[in-house]
Order: sequence, then C-alpha cells, then structure tokens
Amino acid sequence: MATARKSLAVFLPLAVFLVIAWFLYQGLYHDPREIPSPLINKPAPDFRLESLESPGRVVERKDMLGKVWLLNTWASWCVACREEHPVLVEFARSASIPIIGLDYKDTRIEGMRWLTQYGNPYAASAFDEAGRVGIDYGVYAVPETFLIDKQGVIRFKQIGPVTPELLHDTLLPLIERLNA
Amino acid sequence: MDKAPGTQGRARGQDGFWQGLLRRRCAVLAALLLGTLLAAAASEAPEVGDNPAAERHMMQLAAELRCLQCQNQTLADSNAPLAVDLRQEIRELIAKGQNDQQIKEYLGARYGDFVFYRPPVQANTLLLWFGPGLVLLGGLLALYITLKRRLARLEAEGEVADLSDADARRAQHLLDEETGESSLS
Repeated sequence: MATARKSLAVFLPLAVFLVIAWFLYQGLYHDPREIPSPLINKPAPDFRLESLESPGRVVERKDMLGKVWLLNTWASWCVACREEHPVLVEFARSASIPIIGLDYKDTRIEGMRWLTQYGNPYAASAFDEAGRVGIDYGVYAVPETFLIDKQGVIRFKQIGPVTPELLHDTLLPLIERLNA
Repeated sequence: MDKAPGTQGRARGQDGFWQGLLRRRCAVLAALLLGTLLAAAASEAPEVGDNPAAERHMMQLAAELRCLQCQNQTLADSNAPLAVDLRQEIRELIAKGQNDQQIKEYLGARYGDFVFYRPPVQANTLLLWFGPGLVLLGGLLALYITLKRRLARLEAEGEVADLSDADARRAQHLLDEETGESSLS
C-alpha cells in the first residue's frame, strides 16, 4: 500500500514537468503581437472621413450598410502593406465584395502616389490623417483588415497582411456565409 | 589606405595603423555616446499640455496602460506614435470630465483587456490573480503533510524517544562543550 503510493509519488515531478511543458508548448504557437480584438461581433464603429483621392467627398460607414465589405487599414509608410497590396488588388479584380481603404496616419500625396503606383483595390479610400478612426477600430499595427457584415457588425479581424491562404481558407468561406 | 613608397612607407603605415585604431575607438565611443543619448531621450515621453495637474493625472493613468505597439512599455513610457496619440486621447477625455473608470473602459472597448497592466478580476483571469497563492498554499500543504508523515514514521520506528534525565544532561554537557570550543576559536 505504502510502497504503491510511494512509487506513484515518484511520477509527481514528471507530471508537473509535463504540465509546464504543455503550457510552454502552447506558448510557441501564440503570437503575442496578435491581440484578440474586443470588437469582434460588435457593431463597427461609426466613421465619417474625407476621401483620400477626392477631398470634398465623404466616406462613411453608413454607405456600406446592407453590404458585406472589407475595411483595410493601410499606409504608404507601412512595409507589410506593400507585401499585402498585390493580394488585395487581385482580390478586388475578382470583386466579390467591396474593399474600403482606411489610409491611416498618412499624407495625401504619399497615399495617392501609393495607389497610382501599386494599383487601387479600394471602392473608396477614407483618409484618416489623425488616426482617430484607427483608435476607434483598435488599430495598433497596420495593416489590419476587418470583415463587416450587412448589419454593420465586425465578423473577423486580421492583424497583419492578408495572404492568399487567409483569403482562400478563411475570408472567402466567411463572406459566402455572410452573403447567404 | 595610404600607400607611400620607400622607408617612410613603413613608418607611415604604422602611423596609419595607430590612427586607424584611434579612429575606430572614437567611432565606438561616439556610437556608445549616441546610444546613451538616444536611450535617455527615449526613456521619457515629452509632456505636452498647459494644465500640469491634468498632465500628471494623464501620466498616472497612462502608467497603468500598456502600449500596443511596443508591448513591454506603458503608454506613459512609450514614444510610439500610437502611444502619443492615445496619451492625447486620454488628455482630451480628462478635459471632457471623464473619470478614470470611464477612460479605462473607453480603451478596453477598443483594445481589449490587453491594455490593462492590472487586469480586471474575472473568470478568465482568476488563475492569473490567484494561481501564485494557490501554488504557495499547495507547497505549504505538501510540506505539512511530509513533515507530519516523517514524524509519524520516526515515532513508529522509535527514533523519537523521550530522553532520560541522564541522557539530557549528557547532551547538554556536549553542547556546552562545543559552544565553548567554538567561542575559543
């Protein structure tokens, strides 16, 4: 009896080790830079901004009600956006849903040069010079992309560049479901 | 570098060596100095605002909030553009008469609990808050049980017997002798 208990106790350090190892192992697959957004499944914050290309025009969240759409935050100074851009241009060509650009803390000249140089995948580009709309959307690392449904509710957020894999495996099925 | 012919070449080459060394040292020193200066400049976020009390209040709040761009710094410490913006945001919210709780809720609604250096006590943070205490309690319990068992075992084996008076005196004598010796040395 006592010896049986003793031999079990021998395995206690191993058990503790395994628990710790399991936690550490999980940690390997968590990117600390990816902070879960509290905005998922919440109404997308309202915004009303000037258009990047035509300063008089207004781009609003209201305009997009009734449509499933992507809000893509980007900036001409953002290196990862450069990598993401062709994916968006390609996606816009297939044009299943509109992409609204949010040019975050940029200058008009640089932003517009970016669009002429690399192509414009956006149905409209909102110019968020002060970054206030970015704050409302909890943007902390451009590029970030939000998928918003017909009721104006945020359904998905991508932190970092949209990749073809993400589009194919996650976004397109989700868009299909939201459009149904 | 310099390639001078003749006998002077060697001397000058050696000079060049020393100069190069000196120059390299200067460069290293300059780099170190620049680094220190930059670090000094980076360590403190510039204070803006005309109301020092509100500014202090803002910095106090910001010291409890995490910067999302450089995640190991507080909003008060960081010079990341977003941290500067958020400090401005807090400044304006204070000016609007919002209290600390409202301002924290405002930021929490946008960036999640991640911004709080002192996370709220809720279901998913219970382990975080009370885990260390639990581990300590577990350790104390294990220690108590182990000692108790050992005592029981020793008693069962008759190792912890009451000393007879004679033994106790002898033990005391030995102990005195020992302390006496150690005090000599």
